[in-house]
Amino acid sequence: MIKLVGVNKHFGLHHVLKDINLEVPMGQKLVVIGPSGSGKSTLIRCINMLERPSSGHVIVDAVDLMAHRAPVAKVRQSVAMVFQSFNLYPHKTVLENVTLAPIVVCGVSKEEATTSALKYLERVGLREKADQYPAQLSGGQQQRVAIARALNMHPKVMLFDEPTSALDPEMIQEVLDVIIDLAQSGITMIVVTHEMGFAQEAADRVIFLDEGSIIEDGTPQHFFTNPQHDRTKLFLSKILR
Amino acid sequence: MSEIIASIGFLQQGPFSIPRWEAVFSNIDVLWAGALVTLLVASLGLAMALALGTVIGVMSASHWKLPRALARAYVEFYQNTPLLIQVFMLFNAIPLVFPGLFIPVIVIGIFGVGMYHGAYIAEVVRAGIQSIGRGQLEAALSQGFTYVTAMRYIIIPQAMRIVLPPLTNQAVNLIKNTSVIAIIAGGDLMYAGDSFAGRYGHYGPTYVIVGLGYFLMCFPLAVLTRRLEERTRAA
Ligand SMILES: Nc1ncnc2c1ncn2[C@@H]1O[C@H](COP(=O)(O)OP(=O)(O)OP(=O)(O)O)[C@@H](O)[C@H]1O
Ligand SMILES: [Mg+2]
Repeated sequence: MIKLVGVNKHFGLHHVLKDINLEVPMGQKLVVIGPSGSGKSTLIRCINMLERPSSGHVIVDAVDLMAHRAPVAKVRQSVAMVFQSFNLYPHKTVLENVTLAPIVVCGVSKEEATTSALKYLERVGLREKADQYPAQLSGGQQQRVAIARALNMHPKVMLFDEPTSALDPEMIQEVLDVIIDLAQSGITMIVVTHEMGFAQEAADRVIFLDEGSIIEDGTPQHFFTNPQHDRTKLFLSKILR
Repeated sequence: MSEIIASIGFLQQGPFSIPRWEAVFSNIDVLWAGALVTLLVASLGLAMALALGTVIGVMSASHWKLPRALARAYVEFYQNTPLLIQVFMLFNAIPLVFPGLFIPVIVIGIFGVGMYHGAYIAEVVRAGIQSIGRGQLEAALSQGFTYVTAMRYIIIPQAMRIVLPPLTNQAVNLIKNTSVIAIIAGGDLMYAGDSFAGRYGHYGPTYVIVGLGYFLMCFPLAVLTRRLEERTRAA
């Protein structure tokens, strides 16, 4: 489904991703863990080309996005992203947020987009907020709308970049519950998170990124009980304390 | 009453004397006609400035090098030369480049203020676009919007709310600046006032009334600007 081959990313002199090789099969729930600044966001943003790697190949659904004139916008339609800071469209209602891209980008009819939007808003428990504006919602509610917005593209892959880091503690669980619920479905998910409980519960694979390299790759059980590197052990001892 | 008036010196003689006021008011039609021309030039000039300013503002906020460079060149040229000279050049240079082509003075006025304020509006639009957080463009791109559709549906509608107050402010300046076409016999309010005053020497009352005319056109917009600013701040 997703394959990164020899991906490097430099910001100026700063070598942020170092020869990343990663293959994520269809349906996998991959959790990306790592200290701040290790390159997690950069990695996940390379998958939908919000960040263009300096070298290497990013292959999504058999399309090499690094190729000349690759259909990046087309591929992005099936790779949804949920951001740390929600990034809802503030000038649109909740319903419009969820229907805009299907209508404008995919050419779905307004009726069809609305029907499925209400279904997904129902699923994240916010159907009754359809006519409100994002500013009228709490952070947790905004993030759930962002998830409904992503789902209404009927994506094959969902990317989450620390979806709960910007939330007040009491709202984290409502968002995690939605993501855990999603993880029961067949969709491919890549989640950057510091929520170790979530990783244990929902992931079927965990990678640990350190200074731009993947230094740990395995099942959650392996990761939490038998990490190979001292740096991973150090990280876990800090975060699980 | 008449004694009081008789005792006020400047109403008896000099540039603001009563006979001069009377002469101006009995010829007020001339000024009306000029005011209509000013309104016409201002409204069409504003339409042109808005269209140009939006396109050029979007170009100079874009990530495409060539359109950005062209937009910058346009803005710098029009912002850093006097409008007076631009209008004069349009008036005199077009017949040189296209001999025999007759362009009404009003059209030159519309292009003059339209292109000049187009540059200022472009800067307003560019700043508005750049004030929208990068996350908005990224969210749109991540959903498969192209740069152009993201601008059209996500960025520009948000930027427009922010730029509305500075835009109405530009409209005020544009109305006042239409007065430069007086130098090419534009038939506008300033020109009507100038030529009438010059013919009989009634400068004082004429310019007071002409000034009042511009004030009446601009003041409502200035009030609107302040309202919009308050609304933007409240939002
Ligand atoms: N646009 C950019 N320009 C320059 N440097 C950048 C840019 N984006 C990220 N970096 C740098 O790249 C490194 C990795 O950043 P990244 O955001 O991927 O880390 P992260 O693992 O997501 O960290 P965090 O947990 O804090 O979100 C950091 O040192 C950061 O300063
Ligand atoms: Mg990050």
